[in-house]
Amino acid sequence: MSASFATQVATISKRDLLRERRSGEVLWVTLPFGAIALLLVPLAIGTDAPTLRRIGLGMFWVIVLLFGVLISIRQTNAETQPQRDVVVLLGIDPAAVYLGRTLASFVLLIVFEVVLSVVTVALYDVPLVGWVWMPVVMILVGAGLSLLGTLAAGIVSTGQSATALVPLLVAPLAVPLLIGATQTFEALSLGRSSLAWVVMMIVVGLLLAVVGVLSARSLQESG
Amino acid sequence: MQLWSEMDSSWVSHTLLMVSGTMTIADLEKVSVRMGATQILRDITLSIGPGDAIGLFGSNGAGKTTLLRLLATLILPVAGTATVLGVDPAGDGRYDVRSRIGFVGHMTGLYPELTLAENLSFVASARGIDLAEVDRCLAVVGLAGVADRRAEVCSHGMQRRAEFARILMTEPDLLLLDEPHSALDGDAVGLVDALVRRTLDGGGAAVLASHDRDRVAKLATDCREISGGTLV
Repeated sequence: MSASFATQVATISKRDLLRERRSGEVLWVTLPFGAIALLLVPLAIGTDAPTLRRIGLGMFWVIVLLFGVLISIRQTNAETQPQRDVVVLLGIDPAAVYLGRTLASFVLLIVFEVVLSVVTVALYDVPLVGWVWMPVVMILVGAGLSLLGTLAAGIVSTGQSATALVPLLVAPLAVPLLIGATQTFEALSLGRSSLAWVVMMIVVGLLLAVVGVLSARSLQESG
Repeated sequence: MQLWSEMDSSWVSHTLLMVSGTMTIADLEKVSVRMGATQILRDITLSIGPGDAIGLFGSNGAGKTTLLRLLATLILPVAGTATVLGVDPAGDGRYDVRSRIGFVGHMTGLYPELTLAENLSFVASARGIDLAEVDRCLAVVGLAGVADRRAEVCSHGMQRRAEFARILMTEPDLLLLDEPHSALDGDAVGLVDALVRRTLDGGGAAVLASHDRDRVAKLATDCREISGGTLV
């Protein structure tokens, strides 16, 4: 007897979100710290309104990327060997585990992005040019980061890499997402089409999803 | 006692293992396991048939847990031939039989932030088991009154009981228990015995690694000693 693939994905995702709700790691630690990071920049460079307005959106995406990496890899240390054994012996499809964890991280990243976008508008007085694209870009960045972070967490759980190195592994690979997000709004502010950048982020996300699903089984066995 | 009558009734519905008289539950032939540069198990030969309960004894570090994890297909041999529930644990067949293996290690596999009921609900959802089974199994192991208590604030003994509830729910054909009697009170010790008998009556097999020779010897159909990674 085994649940459907979709049920297994939902079960893993629900478990991760429930654990996160109880531990409050993202809500009470990472999120406030990200907001503080956004606050520190104006304090460091001074409250020069035109400068803050110019760098605001870029700062937002940099903070999302750096702190988003921490959110998406938080599961690296979240599971003990006995807990992993239980999941393996339940016969859950490793690809369902990968996608379930990704889905949970995606939900957390979307919450993180929404809250930080409000903080950014409030602190940096960012012009709202092209903001109708914001939900689309947030979803693409959130999906890309969660797919990437979950994949990296899977690689590290094989015990062949030090956990502390995960951010160093993930951050450079997340650069295409940062470039895609910032250039989308740069193009919009200059009156150009941003479609190419959006397509690039979609392609990055799809590639990560394919690699993650195809490598899920071998990563689970190496763990 | 309610606990036993609940167990008795569930035996009836337990799916019998579809094995022929000649087929074994697990067969190890000169199997060795290595962790990095360290040889943990050496030339292990062991045959476990339906209805067998193997008591496995040995000092700390002798290789008992590694042998259980090998039988659970969680680690692979580096030498020898192995068959578990009819498949080679190194092949893709292991994905089909893993859900028929029940393993309770000496460290808990529960999620500490989740309640006992949520931990079992996770298992039920993942396996497509009716969620009503969660309450029933928690009641059988005597945890109905603390179902909403987080695992992290439960005693080790209560956590063990919850692990046994998971085994009750998943009805494995191969039951692997590592130090099953540790930290348990009298009732829970009886629960372990009932779980093993239930598995055997269903045509399955059990392996119990333990330091409690007297207690396990009463349950076991065969007792084996492991020393320095070798069965003696």
